[in-house]
Amino acid sequence: MQLTVWTYEGPPHVGAIRVATALRGVHYVLHAPQGDSYADLLFTMIERSDKRPAVSYTSFLARDLGADTAELFKEQARAAAERFKPQALLVGASCTAELLQDDPGGLAKALGLSIPAIPLDLPAYQRKENWGAAETFYRLVRGLAAPYAPGPDEELSPRLSDSPARANILGPTALGFRHRDDLQEITGLLERLGVEINVVAPLGASPADLARLGEADFNIVLYPEIADIAARWLERTFKQPTVRTIPIGYGATRDFVREVAELAGVDPEPVLAEARCRLPWYSRSVDSNYLTGKRVFLFGDATHVLGALRVAEEEMGFKVVGLGTYSREWARDIRAAATERGLTAVIGDDYLEVEKAIAEAHPDLVLGTQMERHVAKRLGLPCAVISAPVHVQDFPARYAPQMGFEGANVLFDTWVHPLMMGLEEHLLGMFREDFEFHGEAGPSHLPAGGRRATAEADEAPAETTVAVAAAPGQPAWEPAAEKELKKIPFFVRGKARRNTERFAAERGVSTITVDTLYDAKAHFGN
Amino acid sequence: MSGPAACQTPPEVLHQRGPHQMFCGLTGIVWLHRKIQDAFFLIVGSRTCAHLMQSAAGVMIFAEPRFATAILEERDLAGMADANEELDRVVGQLLERRPDVKMLFLVGSCPSEVIKLDLDRAAQRLSGQHGRPILSWSGSGLETTFTQGEDACLAALVPHLPALQEGEAPGLLVVGTLPDVVEDQFARLFEAMGLGPVRFFPGGRAEAQPPVGPGTRMLLAQPFLADTARLLEKRGAERLAAPYPFGEAGTTAWLKAAADAFGVEPGRFDAVTAPGRERARVALARHRERLDGKRIFFFPDSQLEIPLARFLSEELGMAPVEVGVPYLHRTLIAEDLARLPEGVVLSEGQDVEKQLDRCLAARPDLTVCGLGLANPLEAQGLSTKWSIELVFSPVHGYDQAGDLAELFARPLIRRGLLKV
Repeated sequence: MQLTVWTYEGPPHVGAIRVATALRGVHYVLHAPQGDSYADLLFTMIERSDKRPAVSYTSFLARDLGADTAELFKEQARAAAERFKPQALLVGASCTAELLQDDPGGLAKALGLSIPAIPLDLPAYQRKENWGAAETFYRLVRGLAAPYAPGPDEELSPRLSDSPARANILGPTALGFRHRDDLQEITGLLERLGVEINVVAPLGASPADLARLGEADFNIVLYPEIADIAARWLERTFKQPTVRTIPIGYGATRDFVREVAELAGVDPEPVLAEARCRLPWYSRSVDSNYLTGKRVFLFGDATHVLGALRVAEEEMGFKVVGLGTYSREWARDIRAAATERGLTAVIGDDYLEVEKAIAEAHPDLVLGTQMERHVAKRLGLPCAVISAPVHVQDFPARYAPQMGFEGANVLFDTWVHPLMMGLEEHLLGMFREDFEFHGEAGPSHLPAGGRRATAEADEAPAETTVAVAAAPGQPAWEPAAEKELKKIPFFVRGKARRNTERFAAERGVSTITVDTLYDAKAHFGN
Repeated sequence: MSGPAACQTPPEVLHQRGPHQMFCGLTGIVWLHRKIQDAFFLIVGSRTCAHLMQSAAGVMIFAEPRFATAILEERDLAGMADANEELDRVVGQLLERRPDVKMLFLVGSCPSEVIKLDLDRAAQRLSGQHGRPILSWSGSGLETTFTQGEDACLAALVPHLPALQEGEAPGLLVVGTLPDVVEDQFARLFEAMGLGPVRFFPGGRAEAQPPVGPGTRMLLAQPFLADTARLLEKRGAERLAAPYPFGEAGTTAWLKAAADAFGVEPGRFDAVTAPGRERARVALARHRERLDGKRIFFFPDSQLEIPLARFLSEELGMAPVEVGVPYLHRTLIAEDLARLPEGVVLSEGQDVEKQLDRCLAARPDLTVCGLGLANPLEAQGLSTKWSIELVFSPVHGYDQAGDLAELFARPLIRRGLLKV
């Protein structure tokens, strides 16, 4: 048993629902007790879908347990096939039904439906959401495309030299972080390169579309967590090469364009030359100087963390001080990236461990999931979201891709914004004791009578006369040292305070004087 | 008001069975852990249970909540002895980290029930080891729907309630989780009537639960407490029949049931309740204009549907088309049922596809349903009110009557405002 409050991923059947819902003409019949339908509201509320997800639950109750549940499953599968008229049915069990003796695959087969019923075996006590999505997509691709696979000795007919290259885009699903806009961005890039899109899957694909995946010249995997296994099977079966560069950030998008162009046999340079990406100039503009060496902590799914890593270092000039992922399947890549930088990766889904690692790394910016957003809030750190799981605000109405050249623009704004906010807060803090901006001052556009009398005592310390302890067991600040600290530019004041306290604690100094402050400054070198 | 009122034409009841769109009882933990402030709720279940709690609790999950899930893993399913040892380990780990926890609930789930993990015995065993009460109840979807989780939790607490002391006045017991602000309002009204002592169950702290015994009169504040009421009756409590305290009329009738049982003079009752009744009437009048004559359809969710349909029809002039309930406890709901207008269809249980067909065919002005259905129905041109809010917001009593009406009026006001 594992004691858990927060979980980064849902159970594997939620991944299957994401794939079923992304597709057209596919319905998932899930053998599950009453209550498991809670998953529907992830789609209808977080993604704000105007349709119910493509899933029916058998909703068995205690009184159905026994021989009855198999019959119930058959009844519901038949009813769902009739009502939703899908071209293919997915059948499977949720965690509770996995413990029963019913076999959804066999039961569906016994129904003799006129459409294919594809059984899903998703071990709920070992695996999680992304694995469930990947497995479901793989089963569907295999089930529907295999009949069109060439025989062992059959030669695939080569593409005519004057016909445009065709690619499949694999990976976007329902409830995917920015999948909708990433797809639009990448589709645009392919159009400009003159590459035809054969099939996008799962998002928007029908079973008939999946059956003709083999007709493409190559595959583009946008989200390996979901499409990697399917792409590997297509690679083996149809000899389709795979584009594996994830176009997150300016540099990666250029690499992606070159990789696609090479497989398509076209010249990438015109597309690269006309690319309208503001990130490079914005990042070089003097206003961005203050971003240099900002300490950043990265956590999320492996794809987005690796994408963000390159952007952070090469395109923003940040220093990565910690990274990790909850995607155990991709732990090796993340560990390697961490080792290269002399860091230890946080792998796993215990958010308390992630919180500890963030606190210890003292970052200036946290890039993570909604969980890290809350951790950062608690620690008073700026934060931006780069990966699922996300809440409703990260399924925005506006165009907001993460991938491609526009995605790079979005990343620049999204990451810098909380830092600017941080600066603003510091400015307000710095001016708090100013004659115009103190806590009692009313808004400047109102007459003097509009000054409000705040009931709460201003947080700004008045002349402190006694040394104030930072925390029990921590060194205390002498008033003079505290005053001197305030003369340090506000944007490094926090770091100076931390460094000084650490310096004092390490040397057993119990009271921090002005000298301690400058000793620490000399020691740490800035 | 005592005794069930006769229903002239018993409404037609559709018994439904099929796919459900309802929560399981685990969701009750979301508000129960806010109420019993030193208790911890440990679900023994799967990743699905943890995922549900996270989805239901929203941002609450980040505030060091007093609930968690012990997620069963492959090796726990191998053999029973192992699962019990694992549970002991997890409970030890938890109580070490949260020594402030005064009472622990082991909450059963579908997986723990299917593998027949005996949480009752585990609770007994662990109580001895950890020197604090450890109880168990089931919040599984197999056994419970949404608010029934609270019933299961309170029913587990009943045997642990202290007995009335020799010479202690049995008084009035108000049963069902209410927001503190509502509890205080009711306490003030009862006090002004000179009625008491009045105690609330569940109490705010684990070890300060109210006593019960022969002579205790109980007033249910929530309609979904069948097992709890039955067990309290076994301990000698006597249930006062009343409609539930929604709106001006519902609250008055509910208070009156207690007043009559305790022999409060009618004049005094009127004097005490007059200001609240007047405030509620003023607040409701604002919304009546908008809601009067509007047809409303309830999907089953919390068992609050019948009392709410009573409130909306009797006090605001709405016309219920179909009122769906997960379970229909005729005795507990008799007074509200009798006040429903003629021609209402009641449905118990659910086949969600057929119910959607009925709803779309009826095209009600307002549909009360869960979040899984609300947006899809809006997209089809229906106005909806999502039902969970009715469980999480303060809605009982005189001073919340206007707020309760507003919850139903707001989607209609919004529909009128938007020009997109």
